[in-house]
Amino acid sequence: MSVHKETDHGTPAIEAKRSVSLSIDGRNITVPEGTSVMRAASEAGISIPKLCATDCIQAYGSCRLCLVEIDGRRGTPASCTTPAEDGMEVSTQTPRLAKLRKGVMELYISDHPLDCLTCAANGDCELQEMAGTVGLRDVRYGFDGKNHLEAEKDTSNPYFTFDPSKCIVCARCVRACEEVQGTFALTIAGRGFNSKVSSGIQQPFLESECVSCGACVQNCPTATLMENSVIEHGQAEHAVITTCAYCGVGCSFKAELQGETVVRMTPYKDGGANEGHACVKGRFAWGYASHKDRIAAPMVRENTSDPWREVSWEEAIAFAAAKLRGVQERHGKGSIGGITSSRCTNEEIFTVQKMIRAAFGNNNVDTCARVCHSPTGYGLKETFGTSAGTQDFKSVEKADVMLLIGANPTDGHPVFGSRMKKRLRQGAQLIVADPRQIDLVKSPHIEAAHHLQLLPGTNVAMINAIAHVVISEGLEDRAFIEERADMDAFAVWEAFIREDRHSPEAVERITGIPAAELRAAAHLYATADNAAIYYGLGVTEHSQGSTMVMGLANLAMATGNIGRDGVGVNPLRGQNNVQGSCDMGSFPHEFSGYRHVSDDATRALFENAWGAPMDAEPGRRIPNMFDDAVAGSFKGLFVHGEDIAQSDPNTLHVHAALKSMECIVVQDLFLNETASFAHVFFPGTSFLEKDGTFTNAERRINRVRPAMRPRTGKHEWEIVSELATAMGYDMGYDNASQIMDEIARLTPTFKGVSFEKLDRMGSVQWPCTDDMPQGTRTMHEDGFVRGKGQFVITEFVPTEERTNRNFPLILTTGRTLTQYNVGAQTRRTDNTVWHGEDVLEIHPHDAEIRGVRDGDIVSLASRMGATSLRAKLSERMPQGVVYTTFHHPVTGANVVTTEHSDWATNCPEYKVTAVQVTPSNQLADWKRDHAPIVAKPVEAAE
Amino acid sequence: MNPMNATTVYVPKDAAALSVGADAVADAITAEAARRNINITVVRNGSRGMLWLEPLIEVDLPDGRTAYGPVSKDDVSELFDAGFLTGGKHALSLGLTEDIPYLKNQERLTFARCGVIDPLSVEDYQAHGGFEGLKRALTMSADAICEEVRESGLRGRGGAGFPTGIKWKTVLDAAADEKFICCNADEGDSGTFADRMIMEGDPFCLIEGMTIAALAVGAREGYIYLRSEYPHAIATMRTAIELAEAEGWLGDAIHNTDHSFHLQVRVGAGAYICGEETSMLESLEGRRGLVRAKPPLPALEGLFGKPTVVNNVLSLTSVPVILAKGAAHYKDFGVGRSLGTQPFQLAGNIKHGGIVEKAFGVTLRELIYDFGGGTATGRPLRAVQTGGPLGAYLPESLLDTAEDYEAFAAQEAMVGHGGIVVFDDNVDLAQQARFAMEFCAVESCGKCTPCRIGSQRGVEVLDKIIANEDRANNLELMKDLCDVMTEGSLCAMGGLTPMPVESALKHFPEDFGLSPRAEAAE
Repeated sequence: MSVHKETDHGTPAIEAKRSVSLSIDGRNITVPEGTSVMRAASEAGISIPKLCATDCIQAYGSCRLCLVEIDGRRGTPASCTTPAEDGMEVSTQTPRLAKLRKGVMELYISDHPLDCLTCAANGDCELQEMAGTVGLRDVRYGFDGKNHLEAEKDTSNPYFTFDPSKCIVCARCVRACEEVQGTFALTIAGRGFNSKVSSGIQQPFLESECVSCGACVQNCPTATLMENSVIEHGQAEHAVITTCAYCGVGCSFKAELQGETVVRMTPYKDGGANEGHACVKGRFAWGYASHKDRIAAPMVRENTSDPWREVSWEEAIAFAAAKLRGVQERHGKGSIGGITSSRCTNEEIFTVQKMIRAAFGNNNVDTCARVCHSPTGYGLKETFGTSAGTQDFKSVEKADVMLLIGANPTDGHPVFGSRMKKRLRQGAQLIVADPRQIDLVKSPHIEAAHHLQLLPGTNVAMINAIAHVVISEGLEDRAFIEERADMDAFAVWEAFIREDRHSPEAVERITGIPAAELRAAAHLYATADNAAIYYGLGVTEHSQGSTMVMGLANLAMATGNIGRDGVGVNPLRGQNNVQGSCDMGSFPHEFSGYRHVSDDATRALFENAWGAPMDAEPGRRIPNMFDDAVAGSFKGLFVHGEDIAQSDPNTLHVHAALKSMECIVVQDLFLNETASFAHVFFPGTSFLEKDGTFTNAERRINRVRPAMRPRTGKHEWEIVSELATAMGYDMGYDNASQIMDEIARLTPTFKGVSFEKLDRMGSVQWPCTDDMPQGTRTMHEDGFVRGKGQFVITEFVPTEERTNRNFPLILTTGRTLTQYNVGAQTRRTDNTVWHGEDVLEIHPHDAEIRGVRDGDIVSLASRMGATSLRAKLSERMPQGVVYTTFHHPVTGANVVTTEHSDWATNCPEYKVTAVQVTPSNQLADWKRDHAPIVAKPVEAAE
Repeated sequence: MNPMNATTVYVPKDAAALSVGADAVADAITAEAARRNINITVVRNGSRGMLWLEPLIEVDLPDGRTAYGPVSKDDVSELFDAGFLTGGKHALSLGLTEDIPYLKNQERLTFARCGVIDPLSVEDYQAHGGFEGLKRALTMSADAICEEVRESGLRGRGGAGFPTGIKWKTVLDAAADEKFICCNADEGDSGTFADRMIMEGDPFCLIEGMTIAALAVGAREGYIYLRSEYPHAIATMRTAIELAEAEGWLGDAIHNTDHSFHLQVRVGAGAYICGEETSMLESLEGRRGLVRAKPPLPALEGLFGKPTVVNNVLSLTSVPVILAKGAAHYKDFGVGRSLGTQPFQLAGNIKHGGIVEKAFGVTLRELIYDFGGGTATGRPLRAVQTGGPLGAYLPESLLDTAEDYEAFAAQEAMVGHGGIVVFDDNVDLAQQARFAMEFCAVESCGKCTPCRIGSQRGVEVLDKIIANEDRANNLELMKDLCDVMTEGSLCAMGGLTPMPVESALKHFPEDFGLSPRAEAAE
């Protein structure tokens, strides 16, 4: 590999208390006990030939190139499988070894095509490199012996090709699939000379259990498993280290480039979030960035019934400024607002909220995090004092018990899911609380100790019951509580939780969880050395989302599972920059760093810095914006990179709100659903063009570096600044780095952050302050940020959304591995081969009594509306609960979701909707009414 | 144990006897006795190990057990007519079993009970000294048991010859919450059958040996990895385990002590490589039989990552007698560093194939001629392969080599599992060498390159040598390939495959179209 070659030490790093010292080729080196001779040599700067060894998987010892001689030992042990020992004297280069290595290479090449010049791996082939290293000049066996050169290619996967004729059977692919990804889709079939890599049971890759994470491709030392993009383009000539723009894991990637053409994306080993692993989305699904649907020029129109008119940036910005100011003149300063996007950089988000507060002159700013993790921010701030998760991802390596609630990491956060699975295979135990039997409940080499299959909407009853078991059976950590918590609040909470009505037996009929199972799970969690809570939108997107988050915090505090490695309360963020959008002051009541707008000192700080008056009153939340739009008092909206017309609940209400506005400015990559209602379209930049930072679920601030120039000619923060300026508020920046400097000046938790530091350190987890200049891995280590931890009463209040005879089933929603959110990106990639449409998962019994067969089109109706989609019979679902995803606009899953929302934050209750399912053979009414809206993306996705 | 006046007749149910009609013989005897209204008891014993005499039936008489063989079902009526139940003379009469020279001249320690007792009678087993070793072990400390076995000089009978006592001590000293005893009963070497015979003929001996091993290292669970090709041994071992548990010799509270040991049989799936200990452990764990790199040694990180004793059947079945009679008694047999006895297995082109348990030091010539009676065809012996398919081919001139680990190593050969396969002068050693490589190309686990690709190339290079294609260069290439396989392979499979090839080239160059070497016989 010619670009950004990362050192491969051959075997994984070892953590050990004891060190050993040895001599390798006369060089002395000290390494942790258990380190291989190969790695010790590599760390001493001595490279031992190798093919089957690579440092993300365990030593295997098959290629026999890394043989060494050790004084006083018989034979020629493999350096990858031989642990370094005190006093060892190792020779890595001797005539005997040279002859053996050459002999091994001669065997390899006797069963390998000699097409190096036309091979896709040319220039990036370890086999080629080793042939050179050992000086192979001749293959005396000839090439007429038995071989695998006629083996057929498997091109079933859209992103990579499997060419077994080039395989050296090092099993790196198989081992990466097992050890790194944890899917076990690959094996070696046959034995002896007939050994070969097999996906599934001799199936094509696409038909096997393969999840297309690409770990096999990355680990292949030859062209046997190769990205199709490399086959097409050849090797990259330079690389840029950047951050994935899909989920909240925030994987670091190396964008390998030829000029501005991406040749491939490879996960970056030094990336703190992913440590060299990736998923099918991040690694492969980046083609949308150059999809023909991308809009490159700004467009305007007077009325939404007019055709779009391409204009210059100057005209578009002037048009938008005039239109927004016009609305304000007619309807008042507070009649416009904006929505920031969790898909954009911190710097872009910061400029949008600054534009709204300083140029619009109000606090009508909200973020799409409203509809996902706003309860996390609220709940964790109330209890711990910080609106963020407590750990880094690496912490899971120390967890003994994981309590996973309302999250499906193997689909939603696959790279973290793989980390969890790795730890589970090492013996940690898992409790899954989810209505659906997600993969982690049972999959190869993984089995949850307890699956608490609760009824949607009963989270709080469940968490109270778990806490009740802890307190009533004396499993709490008194010393921790007394040292760390507010004892008055604890006493009140303790009395509350001890009440019999919270016992597992009392809540069994509410949650549907057998009391004994819940008790056992509570015991497991409470008695673990290190117990960690991981949760997702199944916790937050409920009418009691904030209550549940606080319930989780109560439980972690009561058992002392806060403030060290392996424990904590960890939200798995849906989007790449949910954390960042919340941090950056996107909420109508908070400036960056979660400081309330009513606080005079904070307001003064911003007024001084920005030279504009700040409103002391919180502005509108997203649902308020919609309601007020329908009511006629809210008339203009700047929507930054979010497709509210598809992703927000109760689609018909959202559409009514959007229709009633006088000016909608949309900034996005594509003409999305919301753009149908817009008057101005600002084309946005993809993550490959952005310059800035994303903050992932671990509070890790990662750099997003431009791999290419903006296809639109302008960075998004530039457009926003120019719009603000055109509206009369002068807001100029020379570059994104200046914006981060301003964020750092104005936000205490970001005080030490700068692009320079990020480039130097790779990434930083906030708080990054004078006290913690290197950032903070684990929160609340010595005390809670708010001082004493606050136990909060978590009374269970059932949602108002109830099933009845007309709507007897509960619909809950989620995500699938290969698609992302509303699908704007992933639908424009080959990921559609895995998930071409959203389906309704329904228990076979529920299906049978409705006359629904697998694959039938069914109508899905709620009190809000109806849609139709294909049914998939699945015993993953409990009876009475159905499930779908919302990746495809034609599905219109949010047509049926309700306007119920979290009492504290208005986060919509996406996870509970009473529905009925009936056989159908036609599109739902809403699609006929809205035919033009759905027609466009369908056409675009073709 | 006999009903009054009933004469006991022994008819083996060992697989070798069954293969030549022992069941039919047993049925015929029972039927004939009934027809003649004679009260007899038929006991299905193991084999005495004289395979050319099977089915070898014995009648229990006051003078001792009297043998007839080989008996076919058609002989039965005549035998009754001849009064065989009272020792009557017949063409098949062999006299007292113990006086048959083949048996009489052996030193049976491990196989002492095999063929003598009812394999599935705990009572019979105990009556013949069974469980004496275990009883003694139950009174000893773990350390003392390890020391007793070390002192006996017992070395791994699977082929590697590693001192068993030292292996046990390593496992004993490894700190762990769980330890295992794994018996390697995946007897895959060509021409070997001793494991099978003792498991079918004296299964409690293996159970006792494993239980002693468990006491010695602190294991509470054990596995017998038994090849699927041995259905009779599987059935016998499984029944024996149930019986031993029922009688309190296995399971919880062994012999009313607070020791427990649970044992189960796991059946292999037909891969030679699973006889390699680390592959066997992988297979036991439910995976593909793939060789593991060492270190870690299985003694420290073996089955499921726990300290594990992996011993061959013959090592473990030698343990009861060592404990029962003491290390001194055992090590009194043997020579040099090869102490005790080895059940040698005579096979191939041999007149009297079977088990010959002798103290180390016996020469190949004594085994093949004094016991085996020379070739079955009567033609001159030309080669002997010892130690399985990966062992060396030795010429007639080396038959005076004594069975002794070190003496064999000096001849670039190995004792291995005690298999001796005899060939007469019709053998083509070039084809035998080719077969060794072909066997490896098929049976290799496929993990390491020298074994996986090297063995296939070995076949091809040998073909070229045989066909006289560029012979000098190909001979040099063959030598290089053998070096890469010997020094570069992950395990003994690839590492030893060159042994038969190089020995054939060395001792029988003429079969490869080369001129016989004057020094070949040295």
